[in-house]
Amino acid sequence: MNQPVLILGATSAIARGTAAAFARRGHDLYLASRDLDELQRSAADLHLRYGVTVRYGLFDAEDTASHPAFLQQVLAEMHGLSGVVLAVGFLGDPLAARDFKVGAKVIAANFTGAVSILSECASYFEPQKRGFIIGITSVAGDRGRQSNYVYGAAKGALSLFLQGLRNRLYASGVRVITVKPGFVDTAMTFGLPGLFLVASPQDIGERIARTLHKSADVVYLPGFWRFIMLIIKHVPEPIFKRMKM
Amino acid sequence: MPTLITSISGWGRYPLQSCELERPERYADLNSDAPSLIVRGQGRSYGDASLNENGRVLLTERVNRMLELDTEQGILRAEAGVTLAEILAVIVLQGWFLPVTPGTKFVSLGGCVAADVHGKNHHHEGSFCDHVLDLAMILADGTRSHCSATENAELFWATVGGMGLTGIIGEVTLKLIPIQTTRMKVRYHAATNLEQMFKLLQDPTLDDRYSVAWIDSLATGKNLGRGVAMFGHHATLAELGNSKPHSRQLKHDQPARKRTLPFDFPAFALNPLSIGAFNAWYYHREGGKQEPFLSGYDAYFYPLDAIGQWNRLYGKRGFVQYQCVIPEQGAYAGMATLLHELSASRRPSFLAVLKRFGAQGRGMLSFPTAGYTLALDLPIRDSGLFALLDRLDSIVLQHGGRVYLAKDARLSAESFRSMYPRYEEWLKIKSIIDPHNRFSSSLSRRLHIGLNSGRAA
Ligand SMILES: Cc1cc2nc3c(=O)[nH]c(=O)nc-3n(C[C@H](O)[C@H](O)[C@H](O)COP(=O)(O)OP(=O)(O)OC[C@H]3O[C@@H](n4cnc5c(N)ncnc54)[C@H](O)[C@@H]3O)c2cc1C
Ligand SMILES: NC(=O)c1ccc[n+]([C@@H]2O[C@H](COP(=O)([O-])OP(=O)(O)OC[C@H]3O[C@@H](n4cnc5c(N)ncnc54)[C@H](OP(=O)(O)O)[C@@H]3O)[C@@H](O)[C@H]2O)c1
Repeated sequence: MNQPVLILGATSAIARGTAAAFARRGHDLYLASRDLDELQRSAADLHLRYGVTVRYGLFDAEDTASHPAFLQQVLAEMHGLSGVVLAVGFLGDPLAARDFKVGAKVIAANFTGAVSILSECASYFEPQKRGFIIGITSVAGDRGRQSNYVYGAAKGALSLFLQGLRNRLYASGVRVITVKPGFVDTAMTFGLPGLFLVASPQDIGERIARTLHKSADVVYLPGFWRFIMLIIKHVPEPIFKRMKM
Repeated sequence: MPTLITSISGWGRYPLQSCELERPERYADLNSDAPSLIVRGQGRSYGDASLNENGRVLLTERVNRMLELDTEQGILRAEAGVTLAEILAVIVLQGWFLPVTPGTKFVSLGGCVAADVHGKNHHHEGSFCDHVLDLAMILADGTRSHCSATENAELFWATVGGMGLTGIIGEVTLKLIPIQTTRMKVRYHAATNLEQMFKLLQDPTLDDRYSVAWIDSLATGKNLGRGVAMFGHHATLAELGNSKPHSRQLKHDQPARKRTLPFDFPAFALNPLSIGAFNAWYYHREGGKQEPFLSGYDAYFYPLDAIGQWNRLYGKRGFVQYQCVIPEQGAYAGMATLLHELSASRRPSFLAVLKRFGAQGRGMLSFPTAGYTLALDLPIRDSGLFALLDRLDSIVLQHGGRVYLAKDARLSAESFRSMYPRYEEWLKIKSIIDPHNRFSSSLSRRLHIGLNSGRAA
């Protein structure tokens, strides 16, 4: 296998763009999510387009008990891994998520499940002293807003987790990269009102793969979101709390 | 599934209509909860075939994966949203090519089936559907089924050329053709008038796998119908006559720097004077190329694809492409009358293309029929254009011909009925598989295609 990469949440449009970008660079791939039919389709396509070996399998972020066996299965099939991209995400209905019964699912998919599988991955990479972990969080995790704060909180928590993981794995030479996309044209955002500067998932995928050639630890995609979020983060709370956003 | 209400158009940018877009990302979601819908691939049909005014439009652009390529037999199975450009990027390097291709590669596989598209080789290889081995479909009641020339054949022949009105095409299995090299061997011949042009296109000693003619739509009098006939085939290894190993002869064209028209041209930019000057220059330049020469496949098949959004050339109000076919016997007289009417109208067509068609295929609403087809691009400047096109319709009808629905934006329901004699047969199948007329488009309502479609909106 050639520098295999595990893609978690591989059916998402951003993950499809990322998988294509890695395949174009010659990486073999393992695609994982809960939808085997979709994964099989994408696996066949990536193999035909880029000639790399692509395997796929079932992964449920919420079923944390299954994660250790899942990773062992991937490692056996791919003969090791050079890196992992976590694209699993669940926006849900932000209003419904104010109710904890729904909110808990948002937290489980975006945060708890991610912590579980990435901890497994970290334990694999750390002794190897190489590898990378790319976690896709969101600009929504930079500041809590009434429109989607449960999702935002989970993404923000994931960003903090990745930051800690980066600090831990620095010594072993394993890279941890936090990717914060702005608005991307995917199923999550299609038809939503009030979007601006929407990026294509292919473009975002290519930029995600490119982060490996650069040294940044936290990447906003596209880059101008760093400035947008800089402003949003610096609005004083007494003013921010009055805003409708 | 979330939807997006916005105004869209076909490639001609006319008409522009508000539609509710829905974009599934997964194959299993390739359906809709809407009572009425039409599928849209790449929106490269010119008029309103992929529009559904104030109704649902299902986009296939994200359902675009290639699933299986048999490199021994040259058989590809892929999801309907994949483009010919994406397919070519994969198959060409393995020594395979599309059996039939339209003049742009930025079309979806599903669109090619639904319009049963033709290429420059119709007189030899027929239309797209002649190379389709299987279709996986999602029908009006949500059932998923397969059809081909041998299985559910009636559904198949109603679907190819059926403009998306029989159901959603989910997957297509296509037979490819082998190529030895990616170069084209091309030969041009100038014709000083239409009579000579017909002779060139019929001459068996000149004929080739691909043939097409460019016509100077402004030439009049004794020059009426002058133009350049272009013949070509996939160059063989022997024709390249060098000793490079086989594998080195399969390569993509050097990507030319892609240019994109950044703004709408003012309407006056294309006028009889400027087009006349261009045509004269082009006629003399291209007509002079008597010697065979080699060309890349992209430059040969898809010259217009080199300029992104070239449809803006025709200005904000858009344009109409008028493509008709006239059966063999009346073809010469019919084309002469059409060209005469056109040049007399002083509405020059920047692009005028004449092609020879082979025998009619079996698709019930398929466009091609043995004879000659003419395609014209006409900018919309005033309503006079539509009067002219109505006159062209009657000339076409007088000669037993028809207009291509994939290009159409303005044909009348009566003319459609006269032009497509197998419509009643098609309607029988439609009434069985889609009794509530769920698949319906702006085009189908305009042409009163489908049950009750005259009344429903
Ligand atoms: C520059 C240019 C050159 C062209 N040259 C030629 C040519 O040489 N020969 C030729 O035949 N045509 C030609 N065309 C026309 C073009 O090939 C057809 O209109 C084709 O259908 C466009 O495909 P699309 O994916 O853009 O389809 P769209 O325009 O999106 O849709 C066209 C029709 O197909 C239906 N459809 C699309 N996908 C599906 C699906 N998955 N399931 C069911 N129905 C579906 C739509 O409902 C609609 O009725 C040309 C067009 C352009 C812009
Ligand atoms: N779109 C945007 O504008 C945007 C902006 C910022 C950040 N993001 C983030 O970018 C990532 C990808 O976004 P997208 O818009 O492409 O997402 P999407 O289309 O909504 O896809 C979500 C992905 O997460 C997977 N997933 C959800 N719950 C899961 C679970 N319990 N177990 C396993 N997989 C699960 C889904 O896989 P299955 O359903 O197949 O299991 C799917 O692959 C997400 O993390 C998202 O939060 C997106």
